[in-house]
Amino acid sequence: MTLEAAARAAEESITLEVTRYEPDGDTEPHTQSYVVPLRKDWTVLDGLNYVKDSLDPSLSYRWSCRMGVCGSCGMNVGGRPSLSCGTFLSDFAPGPVRVEPLSNFPVIRDLVVDITDFLDKLPTVKPWIIRDDGDVDVHAGEFLQTPAELDAYSQFSSCINCMLCYSACPVYGLDPDFTGPAAIALAERYNLDSRDQGARERLDVLIEREGLWGCTFVGECTRVCPKHVDPASAIQRYKLKAAQESVRAVLLPRGGR
Amino acid sequence: MSVQTPGRSRPRAYRRPVSVWWWLRKPTYLLFVLRELSSIFIAWLVAFLVIMVFSVGRGADSYRGFMDWAGQAWVVVINVLAFAFAALHTVTWFLLTPKAMALRVRGRAVPARAVVTGEYVVLAIVTVLVLWLVLR
Repeated sequence: MTLEAAARAAEESITLEVTRYEPDGDTEPHTQSYVVPLRKDWTVLDGLNYVKDSLDPSLSYRWSCRMGVCGSCGMNVGGRPSLSCGTFLSDFAPGPVRVEPLSNFPVIRDLVVDITDFLDKLPTVKPWIIRDDGDVDVHAGEFLQTPAELDAYSQFSSCINCMLCYSACPVYGLDPDFTGPAAIALAERYNLDSRDQGARERLDVLIEREGLWGCTFVGECTRVCPKHVDPASAIQRYKLKAAQESVRAVLLPRGGR
Repeated sequence: MSVQTPGRSRPRAYRRPVSVWWWLRKPTYLLFVLRELSSIFIAWLVAFLVIMVFSVGRGADSYRGFMDWAGQAWVVVINVLAFAFAALHTVTWFLLTPKAMALRVRGRAVPARAVVTGEYVVLAIVTVLVLWLVLR
């Protein structure tokens, strides 16, 4: 290779500093560097796929849709929780790019984290439509909503469970019992749904210390959310409602609530 | 915490410890911690005000004694610091208010900018009122 060609190759490549962890041998993770081509339309995920295909087939990471919909390729890229399919290598040129597993979750292998904790918490906030009037006959007709009623919750329904907010949340990092941003935002999504009547049931769970009030409004969840769900806003609005509910319970007679 | 599936052993997962210095990792974390710390200085300002009101109530001598104490260099330094933190507290919480309050007027969401502007207008009115009370 001529000197010129070598210089061009260096220009058109970028180094990925990837965290590796092999559960059977390693006691703690270490960093491994890979040089991948730097192309304008390549994301961090494309870089990792290049590593897997051409350099090191032992690298483990999760991905599926490559278009920011499935929520499985979340990683800490350059220290920031990101969907690796939506984070471009060129934004980090000349590099190197640090690629780590999401924070606040146990690492199973390399970039793969264990999100069992979230999956256990999610059903506790009852993220489905609850009706007081017992079982509704689904064949009886539709529950129509006005555009305004849809607008009330649609933002909070965009969550793809990518876990970036949990990774960004220092409260969750320090207290793993905290219900966490995505789950609370999803509870709020159903509370705001005009067809739902389960707000009281959800509040019973979330009014606990590890629920709503665990949140100290750092706001980082909203900053990293790839779908603009704004979990921080959902939680603060939820807190406001919970506080109003408590005041009402003290002030008003039973019938007035 | 994680559920063990019967008949299947999970590989040994690595739990990363959270550093005591996590709040220095990002500017946004630092700003958050400073905002939380500002409450200590707000408490100091409240105590300062209460002590001042009491000394005014005890008469001119007591008030003069309070003023001498408040004029000491270290009290002034603390008060300047407390003012800076109070300003930080105000600005950050005003910016966050629209997130906690989803106001709707005649079916339309009130824009965040309008909520924040409203807060500054109220702050200005209260400030003018207090200034008028003190200086008249």
